[in-house]
Amino acid sequence: MARAALNESSFDIAVVGAGIVGAACAREFADAGLRTALIEPGVVGGGATAAGMGHIAVMDDSEAQFALTRYSQILWKQLAERLPADGEYVRCGALWVAADEAEMAEVHRKQRYYSERGVPVEILDSHSLAQAESNLRPGMAGALLLPDDAVAYPPCVAKFLVNEALELGAKLIQGRRVAAIGGGTATLDDGTKISSLNFVLANGIAAPVLMEGLPIQPRKGHLVITDRYPGFVQHQMIELGYLRSAHASDIDSVAFNVQPRPSGQLLIGSSRQYGSNDSGVDAQIIGAMLKRAFEYMPGLRTLSAIRSWTGFRAATPDKLPLIGPCPGREDVYLATGHEGLGITTSLGTARVLADLVLKRECAIETTPYAPDRTSHPLADARGSVQIGGARGSVQTMRSI
Amino acid sequence: MTECGAEEIVELRINGTGVRVPAGISVAAAVLLSGETVFRRSVSGEGRGPLCGMGICFECRVTIDDLEHCRSCQILCRDGMEVRTA
Repeated sequence: MARAALNESSFDIAVVGAGIVGAACAREFADAGLRTALIEPGVVGGGATAAGMGHIAVMDDSEAQFALTRYSQILWKQLAERLPADGEYVRCGALWVAADEAEMAEVHRKQRYYSERGVPVEILDSHSLAQAESNLRPGMAGALLLPDDAVAYPPCVAKFLVNEALELGAKLIQGRRVAAIGGGTATLDDGTKISSLNFVLANGIAAPVLMEGLPIQPRKGHLVITDRYPGFVQHQMIELGYLRSAHASDIDSVAFNVQPRPSGQLLIGSSRQYGSNDSGVDAQIIGAMLKRAFEYMPGLRTLSAIRSWTGFRAATPDKLPLIGPCPGREDVYLATGHEGLGITTSLGTARVLADLVLKRECAIETTPYAPDRTSHPLADARGSVQIGGARGSVQTMRSI
Repeated sequence: MTECGAEEIVELRINGTGVRVPAGISVAAAVLLSGETVFRRSVSGEGRGPLCGMGICFECRVTIDDLEHCRSCQILCRDGMEVRTA
């Protein structure tokens, strides 16, 4: 009987990867009544999801980025109402810190941008910034406050979304890696075949392992976490120079980026590196990152850091994720390429993708994220692609 | 402390009380001499104190001069130090 069942599709949709993006997608599909599978080789939310900061941010690099981050932020607010305590969702707000008057001009530009689009926003002058964050270096020019920005603990949120998906009838297939997708079948690394009408690649930097030629590169990041110092920092804080770091494509860069955790711990970031597939902690990068942080917050120097680790963001050339049908593959959809915004945009991505798959109307324009916007050769567009190496297998490594 | 003889003495405050100890001893030793055994509280509220005495276990953390999470076994007493335990 089991053999006969393999000849039909067991699932309507099979999601590859149970990071927060895959978890959110599986939940959306299960909620829509689709027979949904979620396939995860490791632990739920154990890759880039566990490595990231968990800042739920609205961003304005492009209209498309704004639309997806803002839409997602609203979906996060709805999710927060049913999240368990370990999801650690706190709307602490974010401060984009301006060190000088030139950066203050950018604060004013951003304030106009967000106001015009109905996003709550406030400008802090030098004095009120110093009052709001007493551990910042004195003499900062000011900051842009985005009170709707929040923080969360992404691995637990991913687990919660998976549990909701399971309650809605989805099936979690854990401990096996998808080796190939073709002919309506995902073949796992132990030879098991999972038949499905459609597939979703939500496996971050590992997506090109299954679909060769996808324009996704790993962009390595480092984070440090301190011991518990409640009240040292009130808001998620990012230097406006962060944007220079995030946009620089060809060089290693660091930026001041600090986040208060509900535990009282502080997350200190951030770094961006292309061309490194080594998940080890790089002392030089950590040093440069902390030096930058100390310039903004001299008191950080006296605190105890207890751990540092790395992760790999799935970066695309135009800084927008790939959400929608995979070019040349009618039965494969993509939900990857979120770079540093995957936690924020996981919920929007899942909703957009479900709308596309189910041909529902979508609350935001979906074409900017369509994978076929980028011209890339799909080396083997019709046949199945075998895993060529282990590159996609390591997404994060924690170390002391 | 008759055996201390002519040893130099430093005076610090532990939980607000003045304590005189020989110079060169660790804060952990001074806290224990003062009679305090609970150096800090774990996240779940359990009392904790020095275990390894060599800076590895982090159980002996106290607040020194308003700086939290100082490993008392690794820091020598100084005159005027303000030490707070959990």
